[in-house]
Amino acid sequence: MEKAIVFKNIKKSYGSVQAVNGINLTIYQGEFFGLLGPNGAGKSTLINMLAGIVKSTSGSIKAMGFDVEKNYQEARHSLGIVPQELVFDPFFNVREMLRFQAGYFGKGRENYDWIDEVLERLDLTEKAFTNMRQLSGGMKRRALIAQALAHRPPIIVLDEPTAGVDVELRQRLWAFMKDLNQSGHTIVLTTHYLEEAENLCKRVAMVNRGKLVALDDTKKLIRKNSSKNLNIKIDSKDEQKVLKILKNFQVFIENEILTITLDKLDELNDIIVLLKKNKIKFFDIQTTEPDLEKVFLQITKK
Amino acid sequence: MINWKIQLKGTWTLLKKELLRFWRVVFQTVAAPVITGILYLLIFSHVLDSRTEVYTGVPYSAFLIPGLIMMSLLQNAFANSSSSLVQSKVMGNIVFILLTPLTYIQFFIAFLIASIVRGLFVGLAIYVLASFYIDLPIMYPGFVFSFALLGGGLLGTFGILAGIWADRFDQMAAFQNFVIMPLSFLSGVFYSIHSLPPFWQKISHFNPFFYMIDGFRYGFFGQSDISPHLSVVIVLTFFIILAGLSIRLLKTGYKLRG
Repeated sequence: MEKAIVFKNIKKSYGSVQAVNGINLTIYQGEFFGLLGPNGAGKSTLINMLAGIVKSTSGSIKAMGFDVEKNYQEARHSLGIVPQELVFDPFFNVREMLRFQAGYFGKGRENYDWIDEVLERLDLTEKAFTNMRQLSGGMKRRALIAQALAHRPPIIVLDEPTAGVDVELRQRLWAFMKDLNQSGHTIVLTTHYLEEAENLCKRVAMVNRGKLVALDDTKKLIRKNSSKNLNIKIDSKDEQKVLKILKNFQVFIENEILTITLDKLDELNDIIVLLKKNKIKFFDIQTTEPDLEKVFLQITKK
Repeated sequence: MINWKIQLKGTWTLLKKELLRFWRVVFQTVAAPVITGILYLLIFSHVLDSRTEVYTGVPYSAFLIPGLIMMSLLQNAFANSSSSLVQSKVMGNIVFILLTPLTYIQFFIAFLIASIVRGLFVGLAIYVLASFYIDLPIMYPGFVFSFALLGGGLLGTFGILAGIWADRFDQMAAFQNFVIMPLSFLSGVFYSIHSLPPFWQKISHFNPFFYMIDGFRYGFFGQSDISPHLSVVIVLTFFIILAGLSIRLLKTGYKLRG
């Protein structure tokens, strides 16, 4: 597989603060990739270094084979970056902004149909002639996404694109991104909505305190790092007894709900047998599936 | 290597955006300074026309007009690049330019030309309106045009530097009020430096605005305080130094890229 983005031992420090500390990461062409991490983990610094807005202290970054500092023109041609902050130019309307943005990349009239398509897909057609100042927060966010797509870049980087955005736009945006991904575009996404990353990204990387702490296929990462939970509602008078019976398991009780972490599914049967043998009455039983959020919390807490 | 057509299109787009930016608020960016210039003309010429003759055979009103045109041109060339940059920085939309493949040279050229164009617009409008008030033939159009272009370029570049340096609107206002205004008012717009005491005459020679206004005025009357050729050389030297400095800052990303 051809490489889309390569971060090679990239570091960034602000005085004594090490925002990014030696990250090595390769994202391949055609991937839908998730970059996750808590606030202040270094995700945006990483993206800003890729975009050329922030200069790295050491290491190198390549986009479509071009170094983002030495061959910045070629590298930036291949990147469409949606910044996290809701910024806009108050002098112009939506269509003008998109045409300007494409124009900076040397695109002219031949690109107008694409701009109209982007407007349509992001439900902005009716607002095409509205001044940026007059748009609502959600609409401004759409315009910001549209601006990043205006020059039709092969790599699209979305830094928290759905923060403060309604459900309808989120769904529209993801449908559009999936289509773009299917037509060969590489999509890199940072989001706080881990459910989105789980549903959309085939591979995810987790960043914490400037370091890469996990990188894997999303499903594998969940399987490797999280276990299924078994929740059983019991009588409160049995709580202490149950803790003794299940002393070999990871058990937690709260409000008469017994939560047991299952390392293997076979353990489910053993637990039921043990409880029945000791005449513990239970009123409800359910298992919960592991998700990226649990993995995220587990990894970032380490 | 990105081909030249793409580079040209990119530069043109940024220039077009910068031109449209000031045109969208034309009352503020062109009409207001023109009115101010005309008010200066009406008040000063009314008070001083009968009492003062700076150059032989040239009425005070006629003497004043080139100075006012040049002062307004310079102030507005400065205001264009500096306000555009500081606004974009404060509002954060500078990122739209920083994310593009535009080079620091393209950035410089687009901001420079837009500043010159706004300066020329304001200067031309004052000249046209003043022509209804007093007949003002141009003796050496080449000098008038050269000083207008060089002056606009120098102050446009100065504006780029100020815009790069300033992080807040109050810093920019301080720059405008404590640097640009005194330099333009103390440059011989309203008087010839020969009417000043010797000490202030010497001080005036350190003011680049003096050479721009003096040389520009020479284009109208064929008379000046110092040789217009020397003024061209001095203004051009200032322009080369400031252009070099702003290109250097744009290249390193000083206060623009983290």
